[in-house]
Amino acid sequence: MTVTTNVAVDARGALSSPSAASTSEPESFIDTETFAPPAAPRLPLALRRLRSPLGIYTTPLVLLAAWQVASSLGALSETLAASPVEVTKAAVHLWQVGAPSTLGEDLRVSLTRALVGLVIGASIGGVAATFAGLSRFGEQLFNGPVQILNTVPFLALLPLMIIWFGIGEMSKVLLIAIGAGVPVYINLFAGIRSVDQRLVEMAAAAGAGRWRLIRRVLLPGALPGALVGLRFALAYSVLGLVVAEQINASSGLGFMVTQAQTYQRIDEMFLGLAIYAILGLSADQVVRLLERVLLTWRPAFGGAR
Amino acid sequence: MTALAVAQPAGAAKTADVAVRVHGLLRRFGERTVLDGLDLELRRSEFVILLGQSGCGKSTLLRLLGGLDVPDGGEVSVPRRRALVFQEPRLLPWQRVWRNVTIGIDARDPRQIALGVLDEVGLRDHAVAWPKTLSGGAAQRVARARALVAKPALVLLDEPFAALDAITRLRMHDLVRALRARHDATMLLVTHDVDEAIALGDRILVMRDGCIASSHDVDLDTHERFRGADRDRIRAALLHELGIGAIGSAPGLSTQRREQ
Repeated sequence: MTVTTNVAVDARGALSSPSAASTSEPESFIDTETFAPPAAPRLPLALRRLRSPLGIYTTPLVLLAAWQVASSLGALSETLAASPVEVTKAAVHLWQVGAPSTLGEDLRVSLTRALVGLVIGASIGGVAATFAGLSRFGEQLFNGPVQILNTVPFLALLPLMIIWFGIGEMSKVLLIAIGAGVPVYINLFAGIRSVDQRLVEMAAAAGAGRWRLIRRVLLPGALPGALVGLRFALAYSVLGLVVAEQINASSGLGFMVTQAQTYQRIDEMFLGLAIYAILGLSADQVVRLLERVLLTWRPAFGGAR
Repeated sequence: MTALAVAQPAGAAKTADVAVRVHGLLRRFGERTVLDGLDLELRRSEFVILLGQSGCGKSTLLRLLGGLDVPDGGEVSVPRRRALVFQEPRLLPWQRVWRNVTIGIDARDPRQIALGVLDEVGLRDHAVAWPKTLSGGAAQRVARARALVAKPALVLLDEPFAALDAITRLRMHDLVRALRARHDATMLLVTHDVDEAIALGDRILVMRDGCIASSHDVDLDTHERFRGADRDRIRAALLHELGIGAIGSAPGLSTQRREQ
């Protein structure tokens, strides 16, 4: 009874003047919030699909479409930016009659370099980080040099690499390995050291030996960190690839881009960038997949729907 | 045994009958002496409760008995097969329940063994669940299963029920009693809850100033542990020793009274 009266008064007060409503804030008002399953989905299924039909690829594809439209309408000059269709044509052309090497050949060479460098770097970084994470001695042995490598931009090492190891594969692969190894080391080391001390204690009290402690407690506990490191490593290996191949290479993606620059082929330049972008995106997807498979145990926030 | 007897290191119990022997145990943290020449002897398959005010060194003693800490003096001798149950379940979040249970054992078929122990604590159906899906009580029962799987001769429990609600705690008491009936292990449970101590223990030790101050035998049946004159007598004695016997004698309370 009193409640309804108050509502009426408040509604009138709010209508006539907002200040009157706030000063006469009645005690019988309780600001409530109700939780119940929604009667119907907020958006129909078709609309929800439409909101993000291709997952994370939606935004890049929308941008691509806008780019094509801008090019077709003449808003983007052909001498400054090739349209997606032009880039695709260039890709097909290079794939079939590329000179001196086909696009497929360039891709194979580049991916091999990146992969070999990544495997070498991540392996050395991973083993060193495990050793350093487990023992103070290892920490003192490795942390200094890695911090130095982390501070010096690894791309600045290229001239040195070329003098030491020549212009062949060695200098390129090593540069990529350094770029990939450092983030793996830093994140895996931090991951091992951040494993809950109480769990380590529990395992020791339960009678687990050193090997089991490493395999069942420390390494799985460090896995989220290690995957962050892997994500950086993948990005840095592509970065290293770009820089290493644009100097003194005779095949590979970087070489292709350099060639395109020499001959003013704007479409081939864009093709090179597009391939780098696709490589980066797929690398990220690989890590995401690994996270989904390996970290199912983690009670983590998955983002609002 | 008298109802009130200070534990003697050179007790009459024969070696074969003694599971834990502690003599002159010393542990310091910086300037503070937490354990000051502590003596303790636990008999085989005895259920002993360690009672004391917070900060009196109960947990330090338990960690030393569990081999997680090294003494500054004295001697500790404990069974090699022993298990420690902590206040929190301490499950590995990245291992399924049954793998958590077998973290400490070497066996050809660990899964089968884990299922057996999980059955005992009523969690066989949760063997392949992730720890994040368990309730507080269920997680604590997994921790109990993990402690039992190695068939320990000594089980050390560090306030294992402190974080549980009252009803779950009573259920856990029943579980501990049932497990104790089946397993032949010496159990040492640390608590600051006098009623819990009387409900569970064969013997109650009161710890004070880094030593075992007294030992009380609880020779009561299940019913008598909850009501009756004997229970009240033990309870009053324990409360008195903990310094909260008569309400007025507690320092904090008497101060308040004077102010009134």
